[in-house]
Amino acid sequence: MTLLPKALLLVAALGLAACNNPDRFGAGGAGGAGGAGGGLGAGGIDSTGLGGAGDPTSVAYFQQTLGDRVFFAVDQSSLSDTARTTLLGQAQWLQTNNDYAIIIEGHADEQGTREYNLALGARRASAVQDFLISQGVAAGRMRTVSYGKERPIEVCSTEDCYSRNRRAVTVLSMGAGA
Amino acid sequence: MTLFRTLTPAFLLACALLTGQAGLAQAQNGPLRIEITEGVIEPLPFAVPDFIAENGAAGEYAANIARVIASDLAGTGLFREIPASAHISRVTSFDAPVAYADWKAINAQALITGAVSASGDRIVVKFRLFDVYSGQPLGEGLQFAGTTQSWRRMAHKVADAAYSRITGEGGYFDSRVVFVAESGPKNQRAKRLAVMDYDGANVQYLTDSASLVLAPRFSPTGDRILFTSYQSGFPRIYVMDVASVQARGLDEQPGTMTFAPRFAPDGRTVVFSLEQGGNTDIYTLDSQTGNRQQLTNSPAIETAPSFSPDGSQIVFESDRSGTQQIYVMPAGGGEPRRISGGAGRYGTPVWSPRGDLIAFTKQNEGRFHIGVMRTDGSEERLLTASFLDEGPTWAPNGRVIMFTRESAGAGGQPALYSVDISGRNLRQVSTNGPASDPAWSPLLP
Repeated sequence: MTLLPKALLLVAALGLAACNNPDRFGAGGAGGAGGAGGGLGAGGIDSTGLGGAGDPTSVAYFQQTLGDRVFFAVDQSSLSDTARTTLLGQAQWLQTNNDYAIIIEGHADEQGTREYNLALGARRASAVQDFLISQGVAAGRMRTVSYGKERPIEVCSTEDCYSRNRRAVTVLSMGAGA
Repeated sequence: MTLFRTLTPAFLLACALLTGQAGLAQAQNGPLRIEITEGVIEPLPFAVPDFIAENGAAGEYAANIARVIASDLAGTGLFREIPASAHISRVTSFDAPVAYADWKAINAQALITGAVSASGDRIVVKFRLFDVYSGQPLGEGLQFAGTTQSWRRMAHKVADAAYSRITGEGGYFDSRVVFVAESGPKNQRAKRLAVMDYDGANVQYLTDSASLVLAPRFSPTGDRILFTSYQSGFPRIYVMDVASVQARGLDEQPGTMTFAPRFAPDGRTVVFSLEQGGNTDIYTLDSQTGNRQQLTNSPAIETAPSFSPDGSQIVFESDRSGTQQIYVMPAGGGEPRRISGGAGRYGTPVWSPRGDLIAFTKQNEGRFHIGVMRTDGSEERLLTASFLDEGPTWAPNGRVIMFTRESAGAGGQPALYSVDISGRNLRQVSTNGPASDPAWSPLLP
């Protein structure tokens, strides 16, 4: 019995980590955020239904264990080996978990003009989409959007931050795909 | 600075156009004149005493109008105001003879006098410009009438007239700037469209911050604004009617992203970028019929298109060579010709309203620059350098450029700056808060 409170705390902490993902300000990531909300409120009783990163069918598992994002070199949209490995995991998961609609967000770092970075973010999102299609994910479930340099997750102006801002994020939402 | 005391044909033409007569050519020592392209070292000293209030209701405007005129002229870097505390002569009547010796004694080379009368919500502003050293008026007196609310605009019109007569260039003070007002931390920036006078006064917000908005552009007559919004969740181009502040989407093709819109000189055709399947090309759209035409067709990124003022050509950026460079193509599409050739990456080209230059953003060795080049790519001049300068827009007279400058780091904020095409007079434009993506209106009617 003493294990239960610890498990709930773990779920809550993982949920919070998902909630801290600041690059998405809409419906995306709602699963993780909902888990955190349940975990913190009223003893966390409601949080079990959404699951944490340990539950392989959960959004948190997709985001944290598989990895919901891949990174790119400066001014590039080609997928590295690491990115391909991540996307292979995503593709398998997406085919098992068919209820989610998918938006792939492409992003750029701040070193670049606004319009070019919008186009570059679109290239990155499209590279991810093409790869997922090649691995069997239905094209009709996916859309792409570019935020250019408008939504950095890291705010420092050094390569350390830039390298994490040059990304494509696979965002899941219940609804259209269900 | 070059204060010409000899006549030039260009000046004669300018005078004839401005005053309808070439009588000034008889001025004994030649006209008061600044040649902007010479690279002014010493600003021309001028005086603008408080305007005369011709009735009680005009009192609150008389001094303020003179202050706005002085601020406009001094703000160009071409002029220096001699403050009222140094004035010897007091102007007590608009029609009294000018005491040239008193103004000469304090080294005022140009003198602006004026008077204001107000009645109800109407205001009448009149002014004269004098060349102190020649002891003559420079051009005829002018009168502007309008509502009391537009008193700043009338001050700008006086300053535009004085600037034009002395420089031989068109004015730009009676104009507005549409821009993106920003707030919030760098990773959660809220953005909304706003419009202000060119000098930062009279800010009005055109959208709320619910949707990300980018890169607004005025129509050639200033009555509409093109912009990009994420209102639908995806970037799309919209057009807003300035008077009603109503906006509508221009291109609703699902599965595409549209951005970087700009009007053609006809005020009807919109040129923009459309992304599909990761590839971005340039299209035009007839804003009345919705007819769309594809102008570029390459796997490269083609964006940031801008028409030449005669409507015959489009300048844009493409990375078809491997890096961002600037190209020019016929307005209907066709083989583009690369015009940028220096080191680094070139983007956001904008054709000058005079047709003679193209302003651009350049990235080289970790720095950003605003620069200008001739339309064939020759005579490149970099006007600025910083961590991040981008997105030039031309003043209506093609002599001044406004752009976004953003500072580095977690606390980095964007601000608007202006610089003249000789690279002088770099200054921050006053805004209520962080601001980006300025676009200058035409000179107001």
